[in-house]
Amino acid sequence: MPPGHPNGVRADRNWPLRFDFTTPMASAPATLTVDSPEVHDAHAHDHPPHLQHHFVSSEQQFDAAKMGMWLFLATEILLFSGMFVAYAVFRTLYPATYEACATALNTMQGAFNTLVLLGSSLTVALAINAIQRDDQKGLQRYLLLTLLGAAIFLVVKYFEYTHKFHSGIFPGLAFHPYGEEFGHLATVPYARQFFSLYYVSTGIHAIHIIAGMVVLSWVYLKARKGTFSSSYYTHVELGGLYWHLVDVIWIFLFPLLYLIH
Amino acid sequence: MAQTLTADPHAPTAHGHAAHPTDGSYNYLNYDKTFMSWAKTVDHKRIGLMYMVTLALVFLVAGLFAIALRTELIATNWTNYAAGEQDAAGTIMNANTYNWVFTMHGAMMTFLFLVPSVPAILGNFVLPLHLGAKDVAFPRLNLASYYFYIAGAVLVIASLFVGQLDTGWTFYMPYSARTNGSVTFLTMAIFIAGFSSIFTGLNFIVTIHKMRAPGLTWNRLPLFVWAMYAVSLVQVLATPVLGITMLLLFTERIFGVGIFDPALGGDPILFQHMFWFYSHPAVYIMILPAFGIISELMGTFSRQRLYGYRAVALSSVAIALLGFLVWGHHMFVSGQSAISSIIFSLITYLIGIPSGIKVFNWVTTMYKGSIWLQTPMIYALMFIFLFTIGGLTGVMVGVLAVDVALHDTYYVVAHFHYVMMGGTVIALIGGMYYWFPKMFGKMYSERWAKIFSLFVFVGFNTTFFTQFLLGAKGMPRRYWDYIPMYEHLHQISTIGSYILAVGLFGVLGTWIWGLMKGRKAPQNPWGAATLEWTHATSPPDPHNFTATPVVTRGPYDYYLADEVFLTRNAPSSGDGAAGDGSDGDVPQGDGSGDGAAATVVARPIVRDFKPH
Ligand code: HEM
Ligand SMILES: [Cu+2]
Repeated sequence: MPPGHPNGVRADRNWPLRFDFTTPMASAPATLTVDSPEVHDAHAHDHPPHLQHHFVSSEQQFDAAKMGMWLFLATEILLFSGMFVAYAVFRTLYPATYEACATALNTMQGAFNTLVLLGSSLTVALAINAIQRDDQKGLQRYLLLTLLGAAIFLVVKYFEYTHKFHSGIFPGLAFHPYGEEFGHLATVPYARQFFSLYYVSTGIHAIHIIAGMVVLSWVYLKARKGTFSSSYYTHVELGGLYWHLVDVIWIFLFPLLYLIH
Repeated sequence: MAQTLTADPHAPTAHGHAAHPTDGSYNYLNYDKTFMSWAKTVDHKRIGLMYMVTLALVFLVAGLFAIALRTELIATNWTNYAAGEQDAAGTIMNANTYNWVFTMHGAMMTFLFLVPSVPAILGNFVLPLHLGAKDVAFPRLNLASYYFYIAGAVLVIASLFVGQLDTGWTFYMPYSARTNGSVTFLTMAIFIAGFSSIFTGLNFIVTIHKMRAPGLTWNRLPLFVWAMYAVSLVQVLATPVLGITMLLLFTERIFGVGIFDPALGGDPILFQHMFWFYSHPAVYIMILPAFGIISELMGTFSRQRLYGYRAVALSSVAIALLGFLVWGHHMFVSGQSAISSIIFSLITYLIGIPSGIKVFNWVTTMYKGSIWLQTPMIYALMFIFLFTIGGLTGVMVGVLAVDVALHDTYYVVAHFHYVMMGGTVIALIGGMYYWFPKMFGKMYSERWAKIFSLFVFVGFNTTFFTQFLLGAKGMPRRYWDYIPMYEHLHQISTIGSYILAVGLFGVLGTWIWGLMKGRKAPQNPWGAATLEWTHATSPPDPHNFTATPVVTRGPYDYYLADEVFLTRNAPSSGDGAAGDGSDGDVPQGDGSGDGAAATVVARPIVRDFKPH
């Protein structure tokens, strides 16, 4: 255990352990606190403004936040895993349907969006890198670029969706494909289910993109106020982690939905 | 920033708290008494109490539903069928109402009561104290969890105005896509309440990893903390799957996406797989925290270092992980393949092993210990008895061939009530009695608590043991009526449920009495050796500890925690027993408030000095 680590025993904290119930604390605190500065007023020393009261040090606070974020990402992956399982089951049950429907998706637009998201993952990593070097301007620039990538992704997605809506490709019972491009799907058994799964999974993913944009915008606003520095950039790091996750999920959705033959 | 939160006890206003008395008279309950200071609190202790009150209400409502169900079943109504079964009059309700009531009972009890129960109430209150921390790692997220829970509960109430939910708590497809709109509300309610569960688990895992006091190594963690760790893992890893299942069911109802609905090409068995992939681990979400409580009680009230500490700690984690591999035992007759049924049956046997390890270790802890039969210990013993029955019958229904006969009968109903009520609820009551003095700084009446524990025990067994017999004779579950051959046992069961209800109201009464009239509690009435008793006042300071504890020993090293000796059960001098209706066995502290010396124990503590 490194010295000063919250889980290590530090010599300067060894205030007497003996608590006697018959001796009310009130009469004793003076002797209890002599050799431990943080005991009675943990706020008095080494207290950067971002340090919350219940943490001992900035490192502890940062480690905790990061671990919490990783756990949260695990839950996100499990959330999507439910849809992947459904996909696996139905692709096994109706292979022909899934191939016929996948070819009806616009691979070019999907591939373009994949590149956009990969690029935004890069820029968010660069943003973290910038603040680690105390480069405030760089941080703001790269955050804006990431937000731009997210916006482009959503715009493309919007065109993909509306294009299908115009030919009657809706999720669920409203599914009635017609027209030159999609009309043939009307005869493919269970095509409705493929497109429902497509809309549900990409839709939930799009909601995550929007959530990511909200988070990153909030980080950007804080960055403009100069909240962050190389010694404190927890929110940038967490926002970046979340954004990578949103990206990774798309990396799975794209081939599964668009690229099967 | 914490500093901007008005309700934060650690905020600048409280900065100079060294000026406050540190004897417990200035504490987390009374440092600020306004309503907003509660509604906006980020203090884990207050959040724990808020959950306590909310969950008590949920338990009351869901419990009244149960009493209604049992009352309906007190007599058979087969002579009323002339008008057709659908419209026949029941004892107190018709068949449709019965479906609604048992669904609400099950759904509320599982999703709104048992799943949050111990972690939300006792976990929140005790965990940071056990760790010597000032709070959980993310206090504001903790408060958010509470409001997510409230939002879920409000949606459940809203569903009442939409229609009568009648799917059973399992929401099996395709019926759940066809019946009335209340299902839509319930899916959303469970989805949202799920966030509460996920965030609580996440918070606890990080807290246990990052917030331990100096010297508190993993081997020195109280077993309650280990149990919380295991249960948090399950909450974080299983709940998202329930979330997506509910979300897909939602889209199924709104759009008709055809993922679960066979008429649209979907697969209803997939729904069952996804549902039980969460809901079997969920039964461990319910029982693991109870294991943690029992470990604490066994150690303290046997005054003996917990036997097989590591085995108990690791078996919690083993159960948590194995629990993910047995969900198929709920689907033996649903049409899954024979080979998967056989494998699921086998793994189900395996999970009996870590459960057995725990029971053996608790019993061994008592061996040659100096057992102190206070109410918490009585509930702990009750737990061991009832959980063993519940667990063993669980293994029995896990036997493939046996389950084909017993599935969907009262036998299964009895099994899970023995584990959920006899296990989780009994442990929760025991834990509440145990930590009551710490929470409120008051003692409850030991005599009345013991009397009502008898009602609970007799009532519980009368209600549910009969259901094993009913199930073995073939009485199906979820039926509104039955043929006369079952009437006798159903009547006994119903009478038992009334006795149980008296017992539970009595338990509530002892707490309310304790709150209003109870004697002032000493810091460590039980002579326990964990930090909340040895280092925090009753009730604790808003900051938990007035100084960060440094841990130099294990949680059950009673012989090292000499600071606790003096506090254990100091009898006699000026014992207020006669006055307040308690028996003389209640530990006395500084009841007079003048710091009068507590007399040293009359109990034999010689054994404590033997290393085990
Ligand atoms: C020793 C461990 C256990 C084993 C081997 C076991 C086994 C089983 C099996 C095989 C079933 C399915 C019976 C059927 O539907 O035909 C079942 C049902 C059930 N068990 Fe357990 N169980 C165990 C512990 C628990 C615990 C600790 C809880 C809760 C705290 C629990 C709660 C339930 C519930 C709620 C059901 C019924 C679900 C339903 O269909 O509504 N079980 N158990
Ligand atoms: Cu199970």
